[in-house]
Amino acid sequence: MPLDAKTSFLIILAMALTTFATRVIPFLLFPKGKEVPKTVQYLGTVLTPAVIGMLVVYCLKSTEVISYPYGIPELIAVTAVVVLHVWKRNNLLSIGCGTILYMIIIQAVF
Amino acid sequence: MSGYKQAFKKAFPYTIPVLTGYLFIGIAFGVMYAEKGYSFLWAILMSLLVYAGSGQYLGVNFFVPGVSFLQVIFLTLMVNVRHIFYGISLLEKFNNMDKKRWYMIFGLTDETYSLLCTTNVPKDVDEEKFLFAISLMNQCYWVIGSALGGIAGNFLPFNSEGIEFAMTALFVVIFVEQWMSKENRIPELIGVVAALICLQIFGAGQFVLPTMLVIIAVLFIGRKRISREVDNPCH
Repeated sequence: MPLDAKTSFLIILAMALTTFATRVIPFLLFPKGKEVPKTVQYLGTVLTPAVIGMLVVYCLKSTEVISYPYGIPELIAVTAVVVLHVWKRNNLLSIGCGTILYMIIIQAVF
Repeated sequence: MSGYKQAFKKAFPYTIPVLTGYLFIGIAFGVMYAEKGYSFLWAILMSLLVYAGSGQYLGVNFFVPGVSFLQVIFLTLMVNVRHIFYGISLLEKFNNMDKKRWYMIFGLTDETYSLLCTTNVPKDVDEEKFLFAISLMNQCYWVIGSALGGIAGNFLPFNSEGIEFAMTALFVVIFVEQWMSKENRIPELIGVVAALICLQIFGAGQFVLPTMLVIIAVLFIGRKRISREVDNPCH
């Protein structure tokens, strides 16, 4: 270990508290028993699909598009997941096959 | 307690994608942390207390001599800042819960948030228990994955390159599932386009916060149009 146990633990604790803080903020702003404004209710509804769209991009953010391999492994694997999922609607199958395909592509082909 | 048994039984199939993803990326995290010289027990501890995928990936780099706590807090905040907005979709659901809600809030990872918001609760099961079961099982997968990675990283190094794609695949699957409901399409497209534009402008390291702000702005500006097409998925 590069650091002693106490420092290591304190780092973990700092990460834990910071992470929890980001998650608890809306619940502190709109606590139990206080009515949630209509605007915030609307936001809560439409935010989920928008966030999922963002998370797809977030997962692919480090893809090399301009230089080799030009995002081809990601493109192939994501396409495979989409096609497989529209076809079979089986989460495990889509995710499992897509991941294995991606690993094979980047380890053996590119 | 029988209510819980039923809830866990019913919730399990919905968590299988996360099981796959969390085992894989949990393993990757455990391997990375073990390579820094930490035993799998430390990986378990971090996954129990912090429980944040990308946060913990980044966090592995904090464990070097001379690290500043301000930096730890700032970087963790930056990588997790998107979570500030997640609770907005779950205010009513969580505020109706008893003490369980504190664990539900703690467990709001990207994946758990996505499941809690997009899963239709089966009719024959208590909703609160069902949601709690999803959250708890997801964290178990994450902790188990971290432990496995920590153990494998110490004894048998293997080529894990690319396993993190499981998480991408999970969100692509949820994206496709959401797409099947027409009313989600415009918000989904707003999310993708905003993220792509902000990624170009701000770079991979810091595009998430601007993206969230753009998304919220566009959702407000287009409220009249979007409201008509949206059925409430989360309340």
